[in-house]
Parts: sequence; structure tokens; C-alpha cells
Amino acid sequence: MNTATGSSDLRIRIRQNAGLLTAIAVFLVFYIFYNANHPRGFSNAVLIQNSNEVFTLAMVAMAQTVPVLLGGLDLSVGAIMTLVNTLASHVMNGSPLQMLGGALLCLATGALCGFFNGCVVVFGRIQPIIATLATGAIFIGIALFLRPSPGGDVDGDLSWAATNDLLEVAATYGFAEGGEAAWFQPIAWIPVPLLILIAMGALVWLPYARSVTGRTVYAIGSGEGAAYMSGLNIERAKISAFTMGGFFAGVGGLYLALQTSSGNADIPQAGAYTLNSIAAVVIGGTSLLGGAGGAIGSIFGALVLRTISFNFRIFEFDPLLQPLFEGVVLLTAVSLGALRVLRVRNTLELFR
Amino acid sequence: MMEVSPGAESSRPDHVALRGVTKRYGGVTALEDVDFSCALGSIHAVLGENGAGKSTLIKIMSGVVQPSAGEMFLDGAPVSFPNPHAANDAGVVCIFQELSLLPDLSVADNISIGDPPRRFGMIDARAQRRRAESLLARIGCEDVNPLLNVRDLPLSRRQMVEIAKALAKDPTVLILDEATSALTAADVDRVFEILRLLRDDGISILTISHRMHEIEAVADRCSVFRNGRHIDTFDQGARSADEIVQMMIGREIAAQFPEKQQTPHPDTVLEIDHLSWEDRLKSVTLSAGEGEIIGLGGLDGQGQKELLLALFGVLKGVSGAVRIGGSAVALTSPRNAKSAGVRMALIPEDRKTEGLMLPMSITDNLVISSLDALSNGLFVDRKALETAVDDGVARMQIKVGSVDDPVSTLSGGNQQKVVIAKWLLTDPKVILLNDPTRGIDVGTKQEIYKLLRALAADGAAILFYSTDYEELIGCCDRVAVMYDGAIVTVLAGDAITETNIVASALNIEAQDAAKTVAGGPEATP
Repeated sequence: MNTATGSSDLRIRIRQNAGLLTAIAVFLVFYIFYNANHPRGFSNAVLIQNSNEVFTLAMVAMAQTVPVLLGGLDLSVGAIMTLVNTLASHVMNGSPLQMLGGALLCLATGALCGFFNGCVVVFGRIQPIIATLATGAIFIGIALFLRPSPGGDVDGDLSWAATNDLLEVAATYGFAEGGEAAWFQPIAWIPVPLLILIAMGALVWLPYARSVTGRTVYAIGSGEGAAYMSGLNIERAKISAFTMGGFFAGVGGLYLALQTSSGNADIPQAGAYTLNSIAAVVIGGTSLLGGAGGAIGSIFGALVLRTISFNFRIFEFDPLLQPLFEGVVLLTAVSLGALRVLRVRNTLELFR
Repeated sequence: MMEVSPGAESSRPDHVALRGVTKRYGGVTALEDVDFSCALGSIHAVLGENGAGKSTLIKIMSGVVQPSAGEMFLDGAPVSFPNPHAANDAGVVCIFQELSLLPDLSVADNISIGDPPRRFGMIDARAQRRRAESLLARIGCEDVNPLLNVRDLPLSRRQMVEIAKALAKDPTVLILDEATSALTAADVDRVFEILRLLRDDGISILTISHRMHEIEAVADRCSVFRNGRHIDTFDQGARSADEIVQMMIGREIAAQFPEKQQTPHPDTVLEIDHLSWEDRLKSVTLSAGEGEIIGLGGLDGQGQKELLLALFGVLKGVSGAVRIGGSAVALTSPRNAKSAGVRMALIPEDRKTEGLMLPMSITDNLVISSLDALSNGLFVDRKALETAVDDGVARMQIKVGSVDDPVSTLSGGNQQKVVIAKWLLTDPKVILLNDPTRGIDVGTKQEIYKLLRALAADGAAILFYSTDYEELIGCCDRVAVMYDGAIVTVLAGDAITETNIVASALNIEAQDAAKTVAGGPEATP
């Protein structure tokens, strides 16, 4: 029977992106519900606040996606984020040029940590989950060395501008007539974190996913033996995947420093980010077996997770119940993806 | 030791040549001092049992492994390929027996995986799709949408995608390792047509197949390997099929297939009553008597596999009834299918994923289905287990070093014997076989045929799906030919002929079928 070969392009694309589309739909439902019940719902202030709250997790989730596509897990993404966060609390101040250098240093550090992970996995031939458990502890150790107790010095103007909308950026740095220029108004409302998030997706992730190296990452997750036999460069792709993950985690850590104006080598927080990143990746439709999914889905996975807590916030439940509630909603969301199991008529397919 | 028969083909210049090539894996010599050459623009078949060294030969030629000694020449110049990529760059492309496709990527992605068209450093999805469409059209698979994930294609279509993928690398030497073993008869004809076209374009083709009639149909030259040595190379037609089989196995074989039982089968063991599932099985009714081997024939994907899976309890939502020994049984799960009242066994299609746990030992694999019977209360009875393992190994004549070795260390034929032995230990009354001889050497095949006949003589009822017509003709008491989910004909006795099977398989009259067999599907008006 060849019914599968005769489907239309659109139906094929919908089927292939079912996880992503579900995550988008769930997010929209939750977020609209939240805004409808919020006293200042659908306002820019709420949007800016939410963008800030979601950004770091979204970046760490993107970071987690790339190793997961290989078929592995990266337990060090939270640690890399924390390490870069503590580094940023030392270097993100001084003259604009110094801060630019500091930001580049932070991003390079994140990428370097990922590169190190990749090298351990590829050349040490160690499974990613255990390799990154070890390197994550090393990164946290360095973070504790850099920042034994919370604190630090982050440039106030930059911190203010980076966590607000473009209007405040213009006002702070005095361009586009301090944000009053007529041409500027259509984009003045856009929150900076949202803009960076879109840029990371469109200018970093999508080109990567469409490069030969990115394609190789998917190929490895789908079948490493077949990928090797197809003459693909497996080692380069694996190292690049972890490096990419380190870079995204570094962006998250840098932003967290700007957002909190400080650095904090918070071990439980690093662990929580790592675990939430895995949840976001799965909710976003990426298979933990590797080979299918993508970082855009993970952004929406992070949005879904965060929107759950937003909703929780505006209803007057006991805040102590929040983790329990989040767990239940997470389980429900993940179970949605497993619904197809009920439709499977050939039970052998469950094991593929 | 090499003896070249005179003929038109042997006058062509060598395209690929091996001189004194030896390959050792640890203490095992897989190839020994092999001189072999493939002429420019010819279709060259390599024959031999499993373990004869064919796989090692093509692995060396395609850069997967490096020879321990000896040299390789391409167009007269010495070459060495450190990896498959280097071989591809030199124009040597291999289609391996184990599919090299990536199930989660699309057909278009897979076809261009080695060197996708790029724009601004990114993969150009549109150009890639056009390329896939033109390559699929070249091999007559316009019906495959390149956007589909390979996972969603049937096996025969995946094999065609594999060929398109090889063509995308623009080969000058194309190596096919059992490339037709998963294909339907119509697809095989199409592949042969493509191979001839490619040969006429000057591409040299090296093919490995266990199907003798396919080699007769397409090859220009043949080489026989045995125990890692090159035995002979000759023009196709210069040796009879019997002579070739002799060279391959190096011993006299009495008959290809064991004698069929002439007695009727009065006691019905298995009754299948109007079985339907989704749109893949349509009211299938069939019964099998004690000691009867029933073949399931027809084109690939006409519901034969689904019928076996439905009987084994793998499919959900099956309607109709199944009776074993007169009492109705529920088709709920494989666990239920092997239980005392049902006693069914299924030898699955893919031994590597459904038949064996490859990293586990031969012992563990042999007893995995009969652990309940071998345990007393909480623990497995070691003594009973060892007896069962010895029994299984002896009964199937499995060639093992130690039964504690991982099953993955065995050759393909011996692995399949482990799968069968594992189920024999459950003492089945009804045995279902899903294309059990695919990719297996002639010697093991014959052992399996004998075993099936012996099991039937012991009173089992056997349902035997095979994509190889010769097996159905030689092995089965009756052959049920399926088309589009339904049984269209049940052939018995002398009516089991290739013409009748093909005719029923195509759901046409026998006279038309004869034409189709002779001239390919295009010849049918």
C-alpha cells in the first residue's frame, strides 16, 4: 500500500511538524488566557516583563536542542549558563568598547565550554550524558571560583536598555531623537529580549540547521551508522552541535547577568535550568531519540513552561503548589505527544 | 588458480582491479590473495555463500575497510581509499545491503545527503527537491513525494531511494550488495533496466545477489568466491546454474528442496476466518492442516506481512476469527500468541531489530522466549537452560565458538538460525515465517527448507511468506497468493508454477503474465 507516497505537500509538512504546531497552539491558548485574566493584559508592560522572564530559559532550551538532535543529552547547559553569568558580572562594565569586548568574551566562553564538551564526547568516545555531567561540575566549579558569593558590577544603562523595549534603548543611548522619531514608532514597542530571541532563531539557528553540518546533526540522530556510511563528517558535526549548545547557553547566561545586574554561581538554579530545558525541548516536539525536531520548537516549549507559571501567578493559589502544578501540566503536555500511541494499529511501530 | 574463459566481455579493459588482496580480521582471514577485476562498462555479478568474502571484497573496494595486503587499481592507476568518502570522490559508490538511509530525514534530504546543492552556504531546499525529482524519475519512481520522510515509505520504495541516492553521487563504478533482496518482481525488472542503461553509459556495475535467476537475467560476467578465495570468473552463460552452485558450496547437493509430503492433511490446525484489518487485510480466509506448509505469495506489500502480524497479535483492531485446534483464540499480543493454548511462533522479517538482541549472548537470545518454561518459581533453572541451549544449537547446527559470545558476532545465516532455534524451544504448533531466507546463503537456506519439512512432519502447521518464487514452488504444499489485502488464489500441487504465481500476484490471467515475465511490465500492452 502506498497511500503515504501520494499525500499532498502541505499534509506532509503538517505531519512532520506536528510537535512544533502543538506547542505553538498550547502556548497561544495559555498566553491569551493569561492576558485575558490579567488586570493589565495585552499591554506592552506585560509583554516586556514576560519576554524577560522567558528569555534565559528559551536560550538554554535552544542550547539543549542541538545535542538532543544528535540523540544525546547535555547536562551542562545550566552550568555553562551559570559560568557565563558569573563571568559577565565581572566584565560587563566600563567603557562601551570594554563592554563590547566583555560581551564577546562571554559568548566565546560559552562556545568554548560547548566545544570542550564536544571534544570530550568525540575524542574521549564518552556518552554525552555522562561527559556533560562531569564537565558541568567543572563549569560550576569555575563559576564558584569566579563568584564565590552573589554580586558583581553590571553597567546600569545597558542592563536597563537590554531588559526593556526599543523605545527605552533609544532614550538611554539618545538615538532616533531619543525614541521620539516618527519612523521609529512602529518598532519602538518591541522588547529587546524578544528581538534577540527572534534573531537567535532566524540568524543563528535556521542557517545552522540548513547547513551541511546542521543536516549532519539530524542525520546522526536518525541513524549514526547510515550517516557515516553516507560519507558525512560525523566528528565535526558532533563538536559543532555541542559548541552551538554552549553558545546559546552563553547568550542565556550573559542575558541573565544583565537582567539581574549581578552574577550568582547558584547550583540549584543551574540544575533547574538544565531540567527545564529538557522539558522545553520535549514539549517543543524534538524527539529525545534524536533526528527530528528543532530549536524553534524548543523556544515554544520554553514559552509554554513559563506561561504556565504566569497563569499560576495571577490566580490566587498557594505559591507552594506551583512546582506540583507545573509538573502536572508538563506531564499532560508531554502525554499529548504520546496520544498517537492510541491510534497505532500495528503495535510493533511503538518500538521504532 | 584464476581461470578466465575466452569471450567478448573479457577483452574489455579492466576498470577496477585487485591484485593479491588479503584481509584479516584478528585471526580470521576474510579474503586471501585475491586477484579480481571488473571490466569497464559491464555488469559483473559476484556469487558466493555468506562468509565467502563477497562483503569484505566490496567493503575494500568502497573504502569501508582497508586491505591487510595487496593493491587496488582504478583505470590502471593504483588507488587506496581510507574511507567511503574517498571512494565516492573517485567515482566508486556502493549500495549496501544494510540500508544507509536516514529514516527521520526526507527523501530529498537523503538523496542529496553527501553533497547537497547550496546557496549562500545553506542547503537549497528547492534545488535539492528538483534534483530528487529528476533522479526518482530516472528510475521510474515519480510517485514518491521527495518531501516524505523515508520512515513513511514501504521497504521496496526505500530501496529505490537508495539507488537514486547512489546515482546522485555520479558514479563510474556502482556496487550493489543484495540491492534487489527487498524488491518486488516489478521493481527488480525496473532496477535491471536501469542497470543496463547505466552500463551503456559506461558505468561499471558490480552486483551481489543470492537469486540465481536475477544474475542470469542481468549479468555479463560472473565471479565465484568461496572461503575468502576467488574461485573463477567467466562470462554469464558459460557455466550452468548447477556448476555455479557446485563452485559456491564445493560439495554435491542432492536436491535443492526436500521431498514434499504427498499425503493429504486431514486435521486442521489453524483456521483463519474472514480476517480483516484497516484497509490492509480484506476478509482473509485460510486454513492449514497438520504437517502442512502453506506459502504466502504475491507482490511485496499485498498484506502478507500484516496477515502474519495479525495472527501473532501485533495488530490492533483486527476483525474476524482465528481458531487453533478447533477453539477460538484471541489475538491480543505476542505474549498471548506463544502461550500454552495457542503455541504460535513468528520468525520476523528483520532479525536485527525484531528477532535478536544483538549485544546479548547467544544463550540469552536462544532462551529469551522460553524463560517461563525454564524457570521454577522465581529463578531460571540453570541446568534446564543449558540443556535447552545445547538442544537449540545442535538442532539448528548453529556454528558457534562459545554460546556466551554476543549473537552479533555470528554470520547472517547463523543469526537467522538462532532466531528460528529460539522459537523452536517454545515448541510451537503454528509457525509463521516472514521472508526468513532473505539475504542468507544457499547452504543455510537449504537447511531451513529441510527443517521446515521436518517440523511439518512432526505435526506443525506452517505459514511461510517468501518474496522468492523458487522457494514457494519448492517448499510449499499450497501457495496462497495475495493481492491488495485479499487472497486471490490458492495453488496446490502441480499448479504451483512461477507463471501461475506471477499471474495471481498481478491479478491477471496467466497468458498475460507469461508476457510480463518475459519482457517486464512495460511489455504488457
